[in-house]
Amino acid sequence: MQTDIRMTPGRRSYVEEPADPQQTRNRILQATAFAFVVAYPFLDLLFGWQALLAFIPMMLMITLALGLNIVVGYAGLLDLGYAAFYAIGAYAAAFFTSPNSPLASVLPGSPFAWMQDFWVSMVMAVLVAGCAGAILGAPTLRLRGDYLALVTLGFGEIVPRLVKNLEPWTKGVKGMSPIGRPYLFGCQFGVDPCEILGMKLKLGMIPYYYLTLIVGAISIFAIIRLRNSRLGRAWAAIRDDETAAQGMGINPVTTKLWAFSLGASFSGATGAIFGAYLQTISPDQFEYSTSVIVLCMVILGGTGNIWGVMLGGLLIQSFDRIFAERLTGWVHKAGALTGDPTITAAFNSFDLLKSRLLVFGLCLVLIMNLRPQGILPNRKRRETALTDLPEDDVAPDEAVMIAGATVPTEKPR
Amino acid sequence: MSASPSSARVIGSVVLEVTDVHTYYGNIHALQGVSISVREREIVTLLGSNGAGKSTTLKTISGLLRPRQGTVKLRGETINNVPAHQIVRRGICQSPEGRHVFPRLSVDENLAMGAFIHNDTKQVAIDRERVLDLFPRLRERLRQKAGTLSGGEQQMLAIGRAMMGRPAVLLLDEPSMGLSPLLTDVIFDAIKEINHSGVTVVVVEQNAQLALSIADRGYVMQTGRIVLTDTADALAKNEMVRKAYLGEE
Repeated sequence: MQTDIRMTPGRRSYVEEPADPQQTRNRILQATAFAFVVAYPFLDLLFGWQALLAFIPMMLMITLALGLNIVVGYAGLLDLGYAAFYAIGAYAAAFFTSPNSPLASVLPGSPFAWMQDFWVSMVMAVLVAGCAGAILGAPTLRLRGDYLALVTLGFGEIVPRLVKNLEPWTKGVKGMSPIGRPYLFGCQFGVDPCEILGMKLKLGMIPYYYLTLIVGAISIFAIIRLRNSRLGRAWAAIRDDETAAQGMGINPVTTKLWAFSLGASFSGATGAIFGAYLQTISPDQFEYSTSVIVLCMVILGGTGNIWGVMLGGLLIQSFDRIFAERLTGWVHKAGALTGDPTITAAFNSFDLLKSRLLVFGLCLVLIMNLRPQGILPNRKRRETALTDLPEDDVAPDEAVMIAGATVPTEKPR
Repeated sequence: MSASPSSARVIGSVVLEVTDVHTYYGNIHALQGVSISVREREIVTLLGSNGAGKSTTLKTISGLLRPRQGTVKLRGETINNVPAHQIVRRGICQSPEGRHVFPRLSVDENLAMGAFIHNDTKQVAIDRERVLDLFPRLRERLRQKAGTLSGGEQQMLAIGRAMMGRPAVLLLDEPSMGLSPLLTDVIFDAIKEINHSGVTVVVVEQNAQLALSIADRGYVMQTGRIVLTDTADALAKNEMVRKAYLGEE
């Protein structure tokens, strides 16, 4: 799959650009962001931000959005039921590791006892979710556009319902709990104190933070490689013009199937970690609103652009998990400061958390009207608007091209 | 534009054979028993008015449509059940009607897509140079998005992209559509050149005069049937063709 198509002279590669000032600026920005993210748990402790527990699900959701971006952004298939694959991943992992699972009475002592290991279950979750993507895709990917969106919408509804009703396996609405924890050096994540090399450490949720960070980083790397691969170019072709893509010798069905399946497999890993982190999963975590929020993250940031999707995810998730709550708190405090009981009561009735979906909806409507290509659009999607937003994907001379000016023939080399 | 094809070309044996093909759009019987045979290194043109079934015939050959009856054979092998994306690998490439370039990909990326089925980097680079020599305009626009090209340039790109697939048979659907006479000449000169390099060409055209000027033979279609076939020269002199398609009274 890694056949390199960057063979023709003069063809611009996605990854290696000759150094230019903007590139350098981007590199510095990236390095700073990277350093911040790596050091975050300690900064959090140091400054008492108390947002670590918000950051972990936030990063998981962003990873989820990156997976959905393969389907929606690269292959151009609208998937409205992505949370279903997320659910399948989470339940697959829990099925193997939870003492509540029917397997718990069978596996221990059997030759398959190794399956109860968290890491094994995570790999299983990836495979199961990937297969689920292929199974849903095989009969439906012949559909185009709206029809496919409808089928995925239906799938997103069916999976939580199945989970609710398959009680013997999934424990129905009660959900599964506890779930096997990840571990490293004999130390279970999230269990304190933790003994490594004779030292007793109180790490709290910090190991989960790094686990999500690593999984997120691997996802980004894998997705960039995929985008630049032969398959990635086939996705771009299908997205732009399916008929023409067929004329290039691209099989539209298998190409889309790969997008669906690979996209789903990312949600599998995310689901497994999310389940272990929360130690409980139940069907209501995977409702339609989850699919929509993830889709929102993709669209807000810029469909098809990894950095855009991450930014969109960061904005929505930090609002959802940090700012909505704190803002509500501040408003309540401000109300109390006035001293007037009616004003205090009025301020207290303000609750952003209750209206979070309304806020997302408004955001989406605004984005669709003001900047339909997203905050950081995919370079292939920027046809009209020109901005000088730092975007890793765009070389400066290309920006000129988009503006419609005449272009020098080839890069001097 | 010279009227007769070069005598240096050696017309070979039959490479593409369409036999009694019936194609439907839902209930509409679009092709009602079309038979065409194309020999190696020939330029064959399909003429006819709107809705006569010219494009449908090309789409049936390239596998985008399935005939309900009849066969399409490439070098004796039946291909009417082969999916479109496999037919490309067998050596039939199409420049579709309306051009269908990938608007968000650059010219160069479009050409690279044309070579999707080929993995031999060196040969692909040679093909690319050939295409760019054929259409120097594309070389000037290599990194421009295909969607921002003019109609003529998009047509060049569509043909160039099809050439990147190294076709044995090149299908061209309305290459002159919407182009200025000047650009049309450029395109048709290129088609002749492509043909001289050994590629068999089937070209669908509304501009009958132009098509007949480069073709060896032609078929005239009416409401899903072939009503007339002859050498290009004879067709150009044919009373009916002159009246119907060459705008002569």
